[in-house]
Amino acid sequence: MRPSSTGAGVLPRVRLGAALAAAKLASAGIQKLGRGGGTAAPGLLADRIDPDLLTKLAGRLEQGSVVVAGTNGKTTVSRMLADILEADNCRVVHNRSGSNLVRGVAAAFAAQASLAGDPRGDIGVIETDEAAFPEIVRLVAPRMILLNNLFRDQLDRYGELNTIGTRWRAALERVPPETAVVVNADDPALAEMTEGLPVRRITFGLDERRHRLEVLPHAADAATCRRCGADLVYDALYVSHLGDWRCPNCGAARPPLDIVGREIILNEVESLEVTVGMAGQPGRDVPLAVGVPGLYNAYNVVAAVAAARALGVPDGTTARALGAFRAAFGRIERVAFRGRTLTLALVKNPVGFNEVLRMLTSAGGGLTVPTLIAINDLAADGRDVSWLWDVDFELLAEGTAPLSTTGLRGADMANRLKYAGLSADRLRPLDADLRVALEAFVDGVPEGGTAYLLPTYTAMLELRRILASLGAVETFWRQ
Amino acid sequence: MNLTIGWLYGAKMNIYGDRGNVLALAQRARWRGIEPTVTEIGLGEPIPDGVDVFFFGGGQDQEQIAVSADLQGAKGEAIKTAVEDGAALLAVCGGYQLLGHEYRPHDAPPLPGIGLFDLVSEAGPERFIGNAVVDSDEHGELVGFENHSGLTHLGSGARPLGRVRVGRGNNGRDGTEGAVYRHAVGCYLHGSLLPKNPVLADWLLTAGLRRRHGDVDLPPLNDEVEHAAHRSAVARAVKTR
Repeated sequence: MRPSSTGAGVLPRVRLGAALAAAKLASAGIQKLGRGGGTAAPGLLADRIDPDLLTKLAGRLEQGSVVVAGTNGKTTVSRMLADILEADNCRVVHNRSGSNLVRGVAAAFAAQASLAGDPRGDIGVIETDEAAFPEIVRLVAPRMILLNNLFRDQLDRYGELNTIGTRWRAALERVPPETAVVVNADDPALAEMTEGLPVRRITFGLDERRHRLEVLPHAADAATCRRCGADLVYDALYVSHLGDWRCPNCGAARPPLDIVGREIILNEVESLEVTVGMAGQPGRDVPLAVGVPGLYNAYNVVAAVAAARALGVPDGTTARALGAFRAAFGRIERVAFRGRTLTLALVKNPVGFNEVLRMLTSAGGGLTVPTLIAINDLAADGRDVSWLWDVDFELLAEGTAPLSTTGLRGADMANRLKYAGLSADRLRPLDADLRVALEAFVDGVPEGGTAYLLPTYTAMLELRRILASLGAVETFWRQ
Repeated sequence: MNLTIGWLYGAKMNIYGDRGNVLALAQRARWRGIEPTVTEIGLGEPIPDGVDVFFFGGGQDQEQIAVSADLQGAKGEAIKTAVEDGAALLAVCGGYQLLGHEYRPHDAPPLPGIGLFDLVSEAGPERFIGNAVVDSDEHGELVGFENHSGLTHLGSGARPLGRVRVGRGNNGRDGTEGAVYRHAVGCYLHGSLLPKNPVLADWLLTAGLRRRHGDVDLPPLNDEVEHAAHRSAVARAVKTR
């Protein structure tokens, strides 16, 4: 018998098909069992069968892929960008559920491909975890990389920020020169990391003096010059260590901005307005109104616009898509529950938590709305709760509203608030069990009133399950 | 009565929420009517007179190199003199290592310390990460979060802070955690450590204040919230490791 000359061509195709079938089956099974969104496990299975699955599927996308990385806002930015591209009539392959390790991305690609291995899409938008970034860039070979920021986030998982920075830089040095790298130049670490790379660099940032911070928050990192080690100075500081920075010693400074956000108006916990301009093209100012709150989201909007412009999406389409944008699961959402309005905001690291506190107290008078903080320390939250000591809870010492705590490490949270100077009569440590605590907390909120829930990631998932079982909200993978 | 807290390299060595230790010292003094002053001692700045309690936290590698160099000479000597004279001190992680004789990285020249503690640290092959519980003869049960790849070996002149009940401790082998010399304590425990180990916080405060004010006895505080945080951390340590 003659060996088949087509064997070499057919076999990989068969293997890819088997991997896809396995992944799809696993995904369907997991969703039926109701174990969450069915997002990461199918990818794990497919990975075992065909390790090149992601590379193959990404390689078949006609318009390539965009990889979005950063410790904060990457889910929001990638969702914004996917919405913009869809409004521009692209079919987008996107790990929308936020499952952002290699296997989660592979699962999303598998779910959005035919069994023959053809992706049902034109372009990929891939949100990636910080640690997985180099590997995902290697597997996917994206046409564009968006670097949003690098904050202290779950250091126990990743080691130190400098280590991440070194790995990212090494990954960036290996991408082909036609790759576009869209980078937040207000982040000194990212600006330096992308300096001198032989790629097409596009910088974005803010130029908005009204929203400056007075001092560098305690949670801020990277306030030293990456070149010479001197302390950086800021002509304007916006969020954590992001701003218009320069080094008084060696002259390093924020590079000129290609895409700039200005004239920002923040409408408390509701929305924001920002005008996004383009360097050297005064006619291309586009005013945007987006239904996400807080200055940190202004960065996310500007990032999404910078990427969309570089991908050739008309500004009008971008404005329309962002005007209809709704916050991703768990970032900020409002639910009606037992006659009360609850606003949920995910808190996962000092920078994000500080921005949430800034938003909650932006009306003046400190904290005026009853608030429940739910801190868990499972793997997805970060096992180490030390980061609570980097959050500026001292902001909450002013005001009259009671603060309740719950979760596996709710007791640590209560202790943090005590040392922040919160008076004993406002501090309400509740049961560690989220359901028990939620019931007690809601009972204490007057009917018709409003309250805030500030959970870490797994506490958010559990709170949503509890609220959903009581008829309050939808589950997230339907969004 | 007043209290001066000297925060060594607060702007550089401040990872893992270690500033909670400074907050704990300051608040626990304030709640007893003792007015605290926190003085940050940065690169190139001399050790001021009259520091009652020093705090020295952990940093990232880049920062640690600059700090090691800055400590050599008069500055390191001034810290040692203060401790010999009775000042209290807490050092965590990177700060702890730099108060030993030296730290030996994998692929770089050794970073000299100041030899306040008789110990040497070296880069190890794995990272010890997780909640840790330590039994100390002097301070009872201590709980914190360890996160280090450095291995610390105590010399004959250093006494361990305690024995590891849950976790890996100084080096993962000999069961010790931390070091004590006079009223100086070094260890790997983040958490922050002092807010949920108020016994140790008060020991440092008392020692520091006695140096200038003679026989000080701090009145007890209501530590229910602290004890609840301590208990839940111990429970998580036992469950997660």
